[in-house]
Amino acid sequence: MDKQKITFTLNHVRREEYIDPRASLSEVLRDQMELTSVKHGCNVGECGACTVLVDGEPFNSCIYLAIWVDGKDVLTLEGLTDIDGKISDIQQAFIDEGAVQCGFCTPGFIMSSLPIIESEKTFSREEIRKQISGNFCRCTGYETIVNAIEKTAKARKSGK
Amino acid sequence: MYDFEKIYQPRTVAEALQMKADHPKALILAGGSDILIKTREGKLAGSSVISIYGLNELRGICLEEDGTILIRPLTSFSHITANPIIRKYLPTLGEAVDQVGGPQIRNIGTIGGNICNGVTSADSASTLKAYDAVLEITSLDGVRILPYSEFNLGPGKVDLHPNEILTGIRILKDSYQDTFGEYIKYAQRSAMDIATLGCSVNVRLSADKKTVQRLRIAFGVAAPTPIRAFSAEKAANQAKVDENLMETVASNAVLDVNPRTSWRATKEFRIQLITELARRATRSSVEKAGGKF
Repeated sequence: MDKQKITFTLNHVRREEYIDPRASLSEVLRDQMELTSVKHGCNVGECGACTVLVDGEPFNSCIYLAIWVDGKDVLTLEGLTDIDGKISDIQQAFIDEGAVQCGFCTPGFIMSSLPIIESEKTFSREEIRKQISGNFCRCTGYETIVNAIEKTAKARKSGK
Repeated sequence: MYDFEKIYQPRTVAEALQMKADHPKALILAGGSDILIKTREGKLAGSSVISIYGLNELRGICLEEDGTILIRPLTSFSHITANPIIRKYLPTLGEAVDQVGGPQIRNIGTIGGNICNGVTSADSASTLKAYDAVLEITSLDGVRILPYSEFNLGPGKVDLHPNEILTGIRILKDSYQDTFGEYIKYAQRSAMDIATLGCSVNVRLSADKKTVQRLRIAFGVAAPTPIRAFSAEKAANQAKVDENLMETVASNAVLDVNPRTSWRATKEFRIQLITELARRATRSSVEKAGGKF
């Protein structure tokens, strides 16, 4: 199929890409643009390892057509580091709380957690669990992941 | 890469209708959380699709002049739950679609896709049935208005002609005004699961809160399609608000259902769920309406 031009913002930078209209967003981000935080996990929208934000909302990029991001704002885990390559507070919290074991699910969890830590609302642990219920982790047992998110949300609210 | 034969990308609803007329076999692709997965699995591989996901004219919720709630079909589940009109006038629907899949699925899944799929387990379906939703279906020949009660023809089959697209879902003011409801989804997991059984009830009580003026009840996975339980509704009509009400609704609801045995649950277990969820959803709806037992 003929390639098609799309224009979108990727990790704060405006991009023009020529893509196959049959491609999923995860294929374009990982295979074409080499953003390897976007994992090819289940590929059917169940595991959440490919989660990215589109216009601020988490989506499974494996079941999202890449042509749909035309004109939109896409954020992957790579977009969380600052210009010096320093990682963000939520990434550091995942390390500090032991919320990373094999690491395959971690980028997806962090992307799913952004609406929580960026919200003005205080999420209960139960509400955090609901917000990350579309992400699977086979290592940690989730407790440490909830801890990392809760800690970051609290720290941001207290302005630390 | 998705195995599509062709992918059509209309920029307006008018273009989409023209494409649907020209390519009647092409599937309408909304959020894709069913079609893309079935394409990946091979079940729909090689299909042609018309992607309408980008058509913002088919997205959003508004209150029409006469108080009718209009939901455009591409509105995502999460936007329905967060919408102020839904929260104020039709919270049962917002709560029901908040139980679909997980957060990412609720961001991509659309209410139009949910009902056009025609599956009995659709989480929005029983609440839309119980609120007598009215569908606006459009083709190049014009607009057809169809009660949602007549839309499901069989498992996975709905009354949409090959040249038609669902363009609106309406709930009339008389249907939602002064009603209080509850949707209960019974599933094996609390997220990322399909309903074993779903039950949606809504009631309107008399001014003194002692009599049921109108009760409506609908089920998912209690029959090959989502269904209303009219025997239960008839029996509950003008009934007193007391402990007998739950039994009246539950015992009559089983007359209207036709559940099957599947790997998720046996027919017998589903019948037990039908009576128990009918009781619980009735009690909760009446309590929300201010009724006391």
